[in-house]
Amino acid sequence: MEFETVIGLEVHVQLATKSKLFSAAATTFGAEPNTQACAIDLGMPGVLPVTNKEAIRMAVKLGLGIDGEINYESVFARKNYFYPDLPKGYQISQYELPIVKGGHLDIYLEDGTKKTIGITRAHLEEDAGKSLHEDFHGMTGIDLNRASTPLVEVVSEPDMRSAEEAVAYLKTLHTLVRHLEISDANMQEGSFRCDANVSVRPRGETKLGTRTEIKNINSFRFVEKAINYEVERQINVLNNGDKITQETRLYDSEKNETRSMRSKEEAEDYRYFPDPDLLPIIIDDLFIDAIRDTLPELPQQKFQRFQQEYKLPAYEANTLANNIELAKYFEDTVRHAKNSAKSIANWMLGELTAHINRDNLETIACPVKPQHLAMLIKRIEDNTISGKIAKTVFEALWNKEGEVDEIIANKGLKQITDNTEIEKIIDTIIKNNPKQVEQFKTGNEKIIGYFIGQVMQTTQGKANPKQVNDILQTKLKD
Amino acid sequence: MHTKSIKELSKLLHKKTISCVELTKIFLERMEKYDSKLNSFITVTDELALIQAKNADKRIAENKTTPLTGIPIAHKDLFCTKDIKTSCGSKILDNFISPYEATMTNKLKQAGMILLGKTNMDEFAMGSSNENSFYGHVCNPWNLQNVPGGSSGGSAAAVAAYLTPVATGTDTGGSIRQPASYCNLTGIKPTYGRISRFGMVAFASSLDQAGPMATSAEDAAILLNHMSGFDVQDSTSMQEPVLDYTATLNNSLKGVTIGLPKEYFDENLTTGVAVKIDNVLTELERLGAKLKEITLPHSKLSAPAYYIIAPAECSSNLARFDGVRYGYRCKNPLDLEDLYARSRGEGFGDEVKRRIMVGTYALSSGYYDAYYLKAQKIRRLIADDFKRAYEDVDIILSPTTPTPSFAIGNSSQTPIEMYLNDIYTIPANLAGLPALSMPAGFTEGLPIGVQLIGNYFKEANLLNIAHQYQQVTDWHQQIPEGF
Repeated sequence: MEFETVIGLEVHVQLATKSKLFSAAATTFGAEPNTQACAIDLGMPGVLPVTNKEAIRMAVKLGLGIDGEINYESVFARKNYFYPDLPKGYQISQYELPIVKGGHLDIYLEDGTKKTIGITRAHLEEDAGKSLHEDFHGMTGIDLNRASTPLVEVVSEPDMRSAEEAVAYLKTLHTLVRHLEISDANMQEGSFRCDANVSVRPRGETKLGTRTEIKNINSFRFVEKAINYEVERQINVLNNGDKITQETRLYDSEKNETRSMRSKEEAEDYRYFPDPDLLPIIIDDLFIDAIRDTLPELPQQKFQRFQQEYKLPAYEANTLANNIELAKYFEDTVRHAKNSAKSIANWMLGELTAHINRDNLETIACPVKPQHLAMLIKRIEDNTISGKIAKTVFEALWNKEGEVDEIIANKGLKQITDNTEIEKIIDTIIKNNPKQVEQFKTGNEKIIGYFIGQVMQTTQGKANPKQVNDILQTKLKD
Repeated sequence: MHTKSIKELSKLLHKKTISCVELTKIFLERMEKYDSKLNSFITVTDELALIQAKNADKRIAENKTTPLTGIPIAHKDLFCTKDIKTSCGSKILDNFISPYEATMTNKLKQAGMILLGKTNMDEFAMGSSNENSFYGHVCNPWNLQNVPGGSSGGSAAAVAAYLTPVATGTDTGGSIRQPASYCNLTGIKPTYGRISRFGMVAFASSLDQAGPMATSAEDAAILLNHMSGFDVQDSTSMQEPVLDYTATLNNSLKGVTIGLPKEYFDENLTTGVAVKIDNVLTELERLGAKLKEITLPHSKLSAPAYYIIAPAECSSNLARFDGVRYGYRCKNPLDLEDLYARSRGEGFGDEVKRRIMVGTYALSSGYYDAYYLKAQKIRRLIADDFKRAYEDVDIILSPTTPTPSFAIGNSSQTPIEMYLNDIYTIPANLAGLPALSMPAGFTEGLPIGVQLIGNYFKEANLLNIAHQYQQVTDWHQQIPEGF
């Protein structure tokens, strides 16, 4: 039987506020344990939460970014359960009335197809602390620095049909929150975490199969691997005539497998109810519009604009638009070389990206700056150097050997464009290769490549290829 | 000296007839001498009190004072006081020293008040007799065999026996007004949101309000002036400006319409109490007030709704007492489950456990709609009843409790009987309205109180009526024998 995969994702995005969701304690990552937890975060008797307005603003920003509906009234609710790193014995979250309702993200797959993924809701909640099981000899350490850090949980519809689509969705959301400057979305530090709901069903079936939830997967690669593993596992279970158990599973990246954590029967009853310590969040159009006015250009809009304004093909436009740093680099470069957008995109997605990946650098740290790339392309276009030689110049720029013109001059890479000089070289080559000349004259026009190669070898690649071709054509036909 | 009003004491302190240190010593000596009979204090902060008194004397010398400078006070042990034990009457917090100060207690500290100690109470404010305390029951100064009421029973007994001029209490379903009634005091639960709840350990967050307990409406008004106000640390506190509650105490009652809800004068009300209330009404009419019978049709649903909402909130509020970060932790826990179960099982008393269980059940999936949501709907109906009533009347008057105080040990027969103590006080909490209890006389040697319920932020009206009544009666000036 052929199966169809159905995936829905729940993503926890940590908001980049300076202080916590319900207290004034700082949110900086990596501080000494329990140095960023105040009486409120510690759940001391008698303390009360006060909502961080910046977190509300950021959540609304996200809502606008996914084209969602902002609820004029949303309510914080308590999710009650006991755990040592949950100081109050409940997590303040949103349940029946989330701040954002509905929305969608368009994703682009590698083959260029576009797909719209529905978003059910996005709600604000506080993070829990961290339990540290190592280093304490049979005891558990608790670090409450992360307690009450603001999160937005973005819940998608079960609209994805493959691990590839799931990763594309995650990457799109990742780019979006970074564009909106509401999260650093650092996956290693846990500021962008993903739970995947996965099920399979016989192709053609409209009812959803029983799902499992894979918890806390912390890289794009693991999301793909975990889902693929889980899909295969579920298909095997069904093919053996067994049933899928609704449960929570944990992905083990070392063994590349998912393992059962707890079944639905063991699931806790969270006893949600509106938090009586907090008033509902009331938002009006004025507030929403003020935030809308501050929205940066979104990746989707950028993608459209790059196609129209710079006439970039869809693939190039999408790749650049979905990476803030690359998009910025691109437009900075275009500013220096107005009519060369297409070449800039090609250079960036080719040579530049290859070098960045090779040296594992951030785009912003790369030694070839936009003005360098712009100048390099200008020198190709004004025939000072050939495209091939340009790669040599790029390598030199990358190694910080100087400015473009400096490198061309110092290395003597300037293109030979003097007709007489090229003719002289060609004459010599024609004289030295009578056999090949004969072949050309008897109809083997492809042999011209051999002559071009000879010229380039003689000139160390500096001769202008077009001129060489033109002159050769004339001389050989003589 | 110890029976004087705040105003009189303040005058004597300012005239330097007596120093704050001397005054403080008088009360500390009285506590030493009499509290063994009452058990009204959990913690006595005598050393701190004397330091604060010394500072207050300095402030008086420098002429930097408020009407409360140098006046001693006791706080219910539910308020977090920095570096002082804050037990909430529970074993689970017996070792808890608060690292921070509650907003309200800090305000009174800043006003120059002197903290004598922290008073006994029903564990986590759950109870109406002060018998649910890890620190033992409190006796009523009017009859040592009787309860002082609860949950602010320690504060009530201490003020009634003049061990402190005033005290603070908290009121979730009547915990200021009922003990005030049982101990012959004036106690007011202000509008929900009038006094910051920051640092007041939560029982039921949507119902809890702090308030003053005093021997007169005037003292209560002076204290309330300094306890009230918006607090950025409490999202449910209100921006409404704070009035000077003493400014209107002497307003005439001419033309004031007092509503008498017929549902409150029901079969639960004992004759002794009913007679006293009639006398109060006669007196108030004589002062110019008009009486009008009204109806609050949903009153009967108050207690059932309250005993869903309050336990539900408490089941969640008390989850933080888990033996992990502070408070009582059981010996040699086997694992996490055992740590939780035994720390909480051994740390909480029976009444607290009962309410946590009721609340947990009421919030469970499948029961939430039938219990919690329905109770919230009833709560709205009750608030609407009051809203309609205040279209016709200025204030509502009722008994505070159906009976005077009862004997210690007698009450705990069934929790339901105990819960019925609160039937007249609960509606004001559910609606968030201000309500006051004032002395209305004695029946068989025991004081009984009458309750005034006002519209939102009409604390001044309540205090005005109580003060006017206290100008023509002397119930509130009676002193229990032996104190």
